[in-house]
Amino acid sequence: MTDHTSQSAQAGQKSDAGYWSANVRIILVSLVIWAICSFGFGILLRPMLSGISVGGTDLGFWFAQQGSILVFLALIFFYAWRMNKLDKEYGVEEE
Amino acid sequence: MDQFTINLLFVGASFALYIGIAIWARAGSTSEFYAAGRGVHPVTNGMATAADWMSAASFISMAGLIAFTGYDNSTFLMGWTGGYVLLALLLAPYLRKFGKFTVSEFIGDRFYSPTARLVAVICLIIASVTYVIGQMTGVGVAFGRFLEVSSTTGLLIGAVIVFAYAVFGGMKGVTYTQVAQYVVLITAYTIPAVFISLQLTGNPIPGLGLFGDHTASGEPLLQTLDALLRDLGFNEYTTHNGDTFNMVLFTLSLMIGTAGLPHVIMRFFTVPKVADARWSAGWALVFIALLYLTAPAVGAMARLNITDMFWPNGANSEPVSLEQIETDPRYDWMATWQKTGLLGWEDKNGDGRIAYFNDKNPDAVAKAQAAGWGDANELTKFNNDILVLANPEIANLPGWVIGLVAAGGLAAALSTAAGLLLAISSAVSHDLLKGQLTPNMSEKNELLSARIAMAVSIAVATYLGLNPPGFAAQTVALAFGLAAASIFPALMMGIFTKVNNKGAVAGMLAGLITTLVYIFLHKGWLFIPDTNSFTDADPLLGTIKSTSFGAVGAMINFAVAFTVSKMTAPIPREIEELVESVRIPRGAGAAQDH
Repeated sequence: MTDHTSQSAQAGQKSDAGYWSANVRIILVSLVIWAICSFGFGILLRPMLSGISVGGTDLGFWFAQQGSILVFLALIFFYAWRMNKLDKEYGVEEE
Repeated sequence: MDQFTINLLFVGASFALYIGIAIWARAGSTSEFYAAGRGVHPVTNGMATAADWMSAASFISMAGLIAFTGYDNSTFLMGWTGGYVLLALLLAPYLRKFGKFTVSEFIGDRFYSPTARLVAVICLIIASVTYVIGQMTGVGVAFGRFLEVSSTTGLLIGAVIVFAYAVFGGMKGVTYTQVAQYVVLITAYTIPAVFISLQLTGNPIPGLGLFGDHTASGEPLLQTLDALLRDLGFNEYTTHNGDTFNMVLFTLSLMIGTAGLPHVIMRFFTVPKVADARWSAGWALVFIALLYLTAPAVGAMARLNITDMFWPNGANSEPVSLEQIETDPRYDWMATWQKTGLLGWEDKNGDGRIAYFNDKNPDAVAKAQAAGWGDANELTKFNNDILVLANPEIANLPGWVIGLVAAGGLAAALSTAAGLLLAISSAVSHDLLKGQLTPNMSEKNELLSARIAMAVSIAVATYLGLNPPGFAAQTVALAFGLAAASIFPALMMGIFTKVNNKGAVAGMLAGLITTLVYIFLHKGWLFIPDTNSFTDADPLLGTIKSTSFGAVGAMINFAVAFTVSKMTAPIPREIEELVESVRIPRGAGAAQDH
């Protein structure tokens, strides 16, 4: 079991597993931000943010109607950029 | 030139454009029919996805729902955009890597089971047909107004047009047509909003005007609106009045449903590379956000304009007189909308005035009685779905803007209906007939059966659209619940877990059936009126409305799938390899047909 092909297959698998767990970590962090900005600031935490006023209302209202959408956009573009970089780090990008 | 002619001109010109593109790009082979030969750039794909996505519910219905409820209906804004994050992070790149044409093909292969594929096809058809019903409701409202006929006649005319045009182009025709439709619909949505924002706040960007100062009063716009509504006994626009738990659940259902809708997911099969699938979701959301950041401004400003219209001298003065409604040209929109049967008023106490206030609020009734305006709200009907279409008329904008909005509303409804019909027809012909029942079917017969499936589903949707289970956006929300409960969990578990065939089938069935039954219990069996046992005002389970049940259905799906999978045989070696390969972008070639 020490021939060349099996070794490189093992090395490949190891880096594939590392790639996948790095990906899952990035997804988890992104989804936490996703949830805090929409369900959190927009709905559940709105009473806590009511002291911060924005254009005739409070910050929670702004998050619910516009802020969350802007955060979603930023998250998707961040993820695409980060993953395309990660693909290269682990050498799994498309030819 | 009168308004009717202008409307016909705008609607006619936009249709000629779409049909022209559809004919120019007529699909030849099956691969072109479904996936446009996979040569679509991420920005183009994003724009087409945005048009596909933003339906009658977003364009015609959503701002109206926000306008008449305020903050609590922010759920639609967050829900229908937040789903793209799930789509971009959890599904799109992996499904592109998998490289097949349809969602059910992935489920069938990953769960190595024709049964799983069949169940996925059924889930997909049920969710899509429900969604088309919502579109038909919107089409009926739009055609009813612009041809000045009842909304029923409008619906029938719309059905014929949607069918004619979905049948002749495949995805390729649809992709380029949808780019044109996006341009028409975003222009039509933005221009009146800019005018109205300038009138009310002096800020040309509606999304900023919403949080700006109201020129006439010098106070912030939202404060002016809150005060006016409070005086008439309505809930304040910016306060939270409904149930918080249901609000969270509803938002979550819309998000998960967005990521589980087959006609949107299919879009990501058509980009050249895995990296492009990631960017495509972002571009789609950019184009969607252009409308969604404007929609809350449209809602708040329209609510202010409408209320002002009925109380021309403020809420503490006298209401508008019947004479003014009949003679003042600024009120002409009321007579035209009355013809559709979606707007109604009645001078109940015979004082020659139409008093608009909340007659469910005892304080407001007492105040109106003391002032002599009667004890009942005399604006008897204002259908939420007419708000966006009537908005330019209410704000007294020029005739060409009204014509443009007509064309935009129809573009939104048509583009989504066409995309959905394509998803339904490919499910029936490609997955059900060719994949399961008659594997040797010729390409020609496959295309023919795809078209027959389109005809059948549009007939069903038209029939149910005559008796819709809610406003366009609410009907659409039900479709999202169904997609959330059935498709999304199966796809996600297929990529992120090692759930087996039996687990997936049991999960999808459990999610779909519980959600469908919960909806039917509240909206009537098969949406037939008066066959429901509960209403959304008083739901079966505490505060969970039928529109919010999708998130619960999804959790049931996950739980059942994990439990059943634990108790049965693990997935075979080759499927484990399939899962590994889907997770890695390397080696994503062109998609293959079987």
